[in-house]
Amino acid sequence: MNEQENFQQDPQEYILECRGVSKFFGGTHALEDVDFHVNKGQVHALVGENGAGKSTLMKIIIGLYKQDKGEVFFEGKPYTVNGPAEAIKAGISMIHQELNPEPYLSVAESIFLKREDTIGKSFLLNKKETNRKAAELLKQFNFDIDPKVLMEELTLAQSQMIEIIKAVSCNARLVIMDEPTSSLDSEETDRLFRTIRNLKEHGVTIIYISHRMEEIFEICDSYSVFRDGHFVGTGKVSEVTTNKLISMMVGRKFDNIFPKEEVEIGDVAFRVEGLSGKGFQDISFEVRHGEILGLSGLVGSGRSETMRAIFGMDPLTNGKIYLDEKEISIKNPREAISKGIAMINEDRKNYGLCLFRSLRENISLPNLESRQPGLLIDQTREKKECLDASTKLRVKTASIEADAFSLSGGNQQKIVLSKWIMAEPRVLIMDEPTRGIDVGAKAEIHALMCKFASEGMAIILVSSELPEVMGMSDRILIYHEGKLNGEVSRKEILDGTANQETILAKEFGGK
Amino acid sequence: MEKSQEKKILGMNQHDFSLFMKRYGIVFVMIGMFVILSVSSTKFLKMNNILNVLSTVALNGILAMGMVFVITAGGIDLSIGSLLALASTTIGIVLQATGNIPLSCIVAVAVCTFFGLLNGLLVAKFNMFPFVVTLASQLVIRGLGYVISGGYSFALANPKFSQIGLGKLFGVIPYPILILLGIAVISYLLLHWTKFGRYIYAVGGNINAATASGVNVFWTRVGSFVISGLFAGVAGIIMTARINAAQPNIGIGYETDAIAACVIGGTSFAGGISTIPGTMVGIIIIGLIYNGMNLIGISSYWQTISKGLLIIGAVMLDSFINKKR
Ligand SMILES: Nc1ncnc2c1ncn2[C@@H]1O[C@H](COP(=O)(O)OP(=O)(O)OP(=O)(O)O)[C@@H](O)[C@H]1O
Ligand SMILES: [Mg+2]
Repeated sequence: MNEQENFQQDPQEYILECRGVSKFFGGTHALEDVDFHVNKGQVHALVGENGAGKSTLMKIIIGLYKQDKGEVFFEGKPYTVNGPAEAIKAGISMIHQELNPEPYLSVAESIFLKREDTIGKSFLLNKKETNRKAAELLKQFNFDIDPKVLMEELTLAQSQMIEIIKAVSCNARLVIMDEPTSSLDSEETDRLFRTIRNLKEHGVTIIYISHRMEEIFEICDSYSVFRDGHFVGTGKVSEVTTNKLISMMVGRKFDNIFPKEEVEIGDVAFRVEGLSGKGFQDISFEVRHGEILGLSGLVGSGRSETMRAIFGMDPLTNGKIYLDEKEISIKNPREAISKGIAMINEDRKNYGLCLFRSLRENISLPNLESRQPGLLIDQTREKKECLDASTKLRVKTASIEADAFSLSGGNQQKIVLSKWIMAEPRVLIMDEPTRGIDVGAKAEIHALMCKFASEGMAIILVSSELPEVMGMSDRILIYHEGKLNGEVSRKEILDGTANQETILAKEFGGK
Repeated sequence: MEKSQEKKILGMNQHDFSLFMKRYGIVFVMIGMFVILSVSSTKFLKMNNILNVLSTVALNGILAMGMVFVITAGGIDLSIGSLLALASTTIGIVLQATGNIPLSCIVAVAVCTFFGLLNGLLVAKFNMFPFVVTLASQLVIRGLGYVISGGYSFALANPKFSQIGLGKLFGVIPYPILILLGIAVISYLLLHWTKFGRYIYAVGGNINAATASGVNVFWTRVGSFVISGLFAGVAGIIMTARINAAQPNIGIGYETDAIAACVIGGTSFAGGISTIPGTMVGIIIIGLIYNGMNLIGISSYWQTISKGLLIIGAVMLDSFINKKR
């Protein structure tokens, strides 16, 4: 740990301090002898590769895990809690990386879970008061949603917003945000940043975990870097560069985040005509062999909804789908897969993984029909193929037989990618494929996308991260309120006639 | 990487230890019971008694093997007790009419499989709760047993048929044990080595992810109930042969023992987690409870109570070990 660059500050000002914290899960050391401190009133970035131990440390702080070694101090006093509820009482709340919404609670009930209003001192719930307070909060956040709506009806981004509102409304003095923007679009991210600035003005300290470097530089004051369970260094954001930060994270030099290769673009591989369904109307587009088509738009503008319908997960009310210029019909994902269409769903927890099954079973699940023709599964072959797929993406795990549950968020996402990469589809739909993935691995995934494209795969990339869409796509279609509102080509981006602003303007309905 | 300061149990760190206990803890319970019983009763280790344990276990074992498919796929099958009765009466009628043993067995199994299919279709097609569907179908099935038998039990007086339940291979190993072993091997292969088994785990583990991965969720769910029905039919044959009579009132409460065996064997009620060897251990533990208490002379009332307590204990152990989930 020779790279340690402590910037000295008065320990009196530490709101949180961890000394020599270690945590082991069996053979894997998630954290080893970590010293970490945060100054009062700052927005402190916590960065590191997938599996570096960021979430684990935060879970220790709010009492979800118990450290094997080391101490935590909060506001100068030794601090131990037995769970999130106690942490909130002590003044610390957290937005989790993996959302855990209660599907059958209303938005209001969910925000005030475990701190419900009661009628007088009785045990009867005061629903009216809860709804009123929730409505007030939602208005404060400019979030237009009925507090009585059930959580299960919300999109991922909306549940994320609710989670944020919930954590912020606890009146905590320290708010931990574990990848809060991973499923938010630029507008919602701005809204979150306004909230963060507002909290800061009120003296609240924030620990901000993100893999999006731009965000760190926009909103954070100081940073700490973790690598492989070790604390690597800390400093002021104003005194560091992106490249420096990344090389601290990965422990080697690093450049070029979007290494797009130009490949030859072939015939039309996939075409849709006049698609309509819940949340989108009259969508027509085509993707060619070797082409990466980017879909951009605000969250809820109908991109994911269109993709889900194409993949047979939701019904289409209208429209035609052509594969290699032959009309096809897709009634369910099984048919789509058998025709060579694969889709990486944005919601890895609900649609991507069986959390309590092994990585091997998860990766091979969509590939059994095509790769295991025999009556019995050839487990040696299966193991080898899954291991190949997961090492290609450098999944950090003790063994391929480990439960998906035991992986860090970003590594879980890599498992979802592995399972579809192994399927070698002809058309690959990627909905937020790099959600929660660190910069290094992201570059590798982008390189992989280019390789697939060069082999003739047609790729549809949906991403809320504009730099990603702009860096990777040959063409970008822009969604606005369920309809297509313009197109931007790679040429226009390269020669500067189109940029982030022009695309955003189209996302908001402009020309 | 020194980690000498960790707490160690039996030379393993805590995490490995809890994993180990989760996987094999129940095996130790079984061995422990075995040791206690052999010390406290001289009769226990006699060959006769061991075979006796195994053949009483056979019936419940076959039912549990079916049940484990259903629970793993996220369901539950309460109708198997009634299916035993329906199988019994069906055999009685066919056997009396034709005297053809294989035919009567095939018809009984077919009828039970059909009702398994029906359960599965209702659950998968209309997305109804398995608990409710089988709670209702159980009544229908039992009623049918009474209807076709006219409500009467009748002796079969067919010594050849009763051999299925009472006969022994080489005069040593009772046939029911062999049938159980056969079914266990088939179940093991099905659940752990086939695509169908994988799909069962996926559907029970996360039905949305299974759908999005192209799994045929509909037929996987139906399939789990079909297997349960089929195995119940086989168990029905053995039971009928053993009492050598067709009775519409048998099999009441048998689903409890089957469910108990699954749960004790580490099957998660949330679905998606189970193993066939684990279930087998669960089956034997239940057999040991009955046998042990008989040997020690504890009344069957207390046996029922301790079985209930054991289920609660097993579930508690499970949620305790899995607390971090
Ligand atoms: N419950 C668990 N059981 C076993 N291993 C675990 C468990 N939770 C975390 N780990 C392991 O601990 C390490 C650190 O994980 P952690 O979730 O803290 O990473 P992270 O820095 O948050 O990564 P990401 O950016 O991907 O979210 C990983 O190697 C992970 O596999
Ligand atoms: Mg994390």
